[in-house]
Amino acid sequence: MKKILVLLFTLVCVVGLVTGCGGGAANENENDNGDVAATEVKIGINYELTGNVASYGESSVKGIMMAFDEINAAGGIDGMKIVPIKVDNKSDPAEATSLATRLMTQEDVVACLGPATSGNYMATIPVAMGNEIPIISASATADEGVTVDKKGNVNEYVFRLCYNDTFQGVTMANFAANNLSAKNAVIIQDKSSDYAEGLAKNFISTFEGTGGTIVVQEGYVAKDKDFNAILTKIKGEEFDVIFLPGYYQEAGLVIKQARDLGITAPVLGADGFDSPVLLELAGADALNDVYFSNHYSSLDKDPKVQDFIAAYTEKYGVEPNAFNALGYDLGNYIADAIKRAGSTDPIAVKDALAGTENFVGVTGSFSMGADHNPVKSIVVIGLKDGVQSTSVKVGPK
Amino acid sequence: MKALTKKNLLILGAILLTFTVVQGLISVGIINKFYEITIAMICINIILAVSLNLVTGFTGQFSLGHAGFMSIGAYFGAVINLQMESTGGFLLGIFAGALAATLVGILIGIPTLRLKGDYLAIATLGMAEIIRVVFLNLDITNGAAGLSGIPRYTNWLWLCFFTVATVLLINNFIKSSYGRACISIREDEIAAESMGINTTKYKVMAFAIGAFFAGIAGALHSSYFYFIRPDIFGFLKSIDILIIVVLGGMGSITGSILAAILLAVLTTYLQAFTAVRMIIYALLLVVIMIFRPQGIMGTKEISDLFKSKKKDERIG
Repeated sequence: MKKILVLLFTLVCVVGLVTGCGGGAANENENDNGDVAATEVKIGINYELTGNVASYGESSVKGIMMAFDEINAAGGIDGMKIVPIKVDNKSDPAEATSLATRLMTQEDVVACLGPATSGNYMATIPVAMGNEIPIISASATADEGVTVDKKGNVNEYVFRLCYNDTFQGVTMANFAANNLSAKNAVIIQDKSSDYAEGLAKNFISTFEGTGGTIVVQEGYVAKDKDFNAILTKIKGEEFDVIFLPGYYQEAGLVIKQARDLGITAPVLGADGFDSPVLLELAGADALNDVYFSNHYSSLDKDPKVQDFIAAYTEKYGVEPNAFNALGYDLGNYIADAIKRAGSTDPIAVKDALAGTENFVGVTGSFSMGADHNPVKSIVVIGLKDGVQSTSVKVGPK
Repeated sequence: MKALTKKNLLILGAILLTFTVVQGLISVGIINKFYEITIAMICINIILAVSLNLVTGFTGQFSLGHAGFMSIGAYFGAVINLQMESTGGFLLGIFAGALAATLVGILIGIPTLRLKGDYLAIATLGMAEIIRVVFLNLDITNGAAGLSGIPRYTNWLWLCFFTVATVLLINNFIKSSYGRACISIREDEIAAESMGINTTKYKVMAFAIGAFFAGIAGALHSSYFYFIRPDIFGFLKSIDILIIVVLGGMGSITGSILAAILLAVLTTYLQAFTAVRMIIYALLLVVIMIFRPQGIMGTKEISDLFKSKKKDERIG
């Protein structure tokens, strides 16, 4: 009996593998036909759809898919339909490397979009350089090792659509000193994140440059829940602002617990605050005098932005966040580059990406700099009762 | 020469043949870069699983900290490789990583291996977390940002070499008197002790050897995947390795090898089914565990299957 069961199980496995492989082969044939007729252009989407940063990946992909749907509905790129090939890297860098290789060698994509976070994106850079296929991320903001390698050479096939952490840290420090007239600041940072590390470093150097003082610097690690020890300690200090570089999961709790303890000083953060979860965790009452730098603001009166917000809300039923907006820009940006390149040759597309001038997007218009970073402005958003109430635009350096 | 028996020559021939065939397929391009990644995954997982099997399967010490040793190898390998971008640096990194992992294994093994069962599991889990947090806070490891741009020297030659070396060395260890001592500890620790076996010594020995090979696997991983950061080597990675061991059969090297191949092929194959792949993966594990609770091979090796029926029951 047992032997029969084992045999049966083996059989099921084998059948599954064979039929599955058959399916894969059929897909490849379709793709081959598509290439011959050049009626479609394949773009890889390598994002964190599961795992610990799935929220960013998911949001970016929604924006990208919306852009692709719009372009395809309008007849595609010069008549070619965009075929997105979506894969999930589980928020794991080794998986991101493997999938980038899969997209580039098995699926013959023209370009790969994503991953959303810097570490996973960096893991795909050697693959792009080796296969000579461009990759673009809309949200990999790390300062070092992204578009420029350690020796200072520009990674020819690597692009991004966002400013880096330096610019965010510097902007928030200037905002604290100039707009909030702050002299003393407290820093509570996520010690386990490279992103927070970069922000804190640049905030400190700029803030001290404006004559300010960092009174206390405290740290926590991701997934911490109770910040009362840190907050009680800083409560006894004299300070004007709290700078809180980190992600929304912890930032929401820090803000809530700080306000509960009676700390009313303004709280500053960066684009990691941009999630509806922040409001859920902190509650509307606590989210007053909270400012964070972001890629775009829904308060922007620009008709392009308002049209996007209306269309997005209609499609998905919720207001878009910055990752949605960046994803949308990313989708349009790659389509625009392929159109300007006039071909689906990855090298021609790479040149078109690098030569971008005055691309108008939801997250601001930009030209691609020589270091493959966009030259674009930053928005500082102020929250009142948990709702975005003010936005200040700060131009590129 | 006793070493040149017919059997050993056969094994050597099989290894050389496998190496040449795969190398040939790679250079012709039938195995492309993508399938090469799967092969690398298989080799690295074999090294990890076989070395953990020595600790968990053969010596019977339930360890949840294997990813910690892997991370030591990975970081030593990466840091040395980034300083010395050459094959020499790569090999030096591997051995430095493996030795450092062994050292940590001995240091941690001596106090914790006095514990048994779930207590040991928790202690090793804690150890792996400590290692991870240390790497998170060091400057040389670049903290949470991790190390990027690690040059790739890991190729089929080295993967094959280290995998074969791991399997052969651990296999020989198990078949030696040391290995039999380890197995006796698994079967009954009190009985083993009463027979005059220094249980702590053999447990630490198995633990250190396991750590050594985990370090090698880690260094190969960092050099193959360009990028490492502390959270890759978390608790879940240890569990992944344990799954391979349990699936293959605790106490079967062949089982670990088969399970490593099966799971890597499965993962690669399921990449195409983004939404449901984790469900299918988990379901398969559940099904296998229901029908083969002792793992694919149980405690048998492939060589047992070819032996005549009248063979004695293996101790291992």
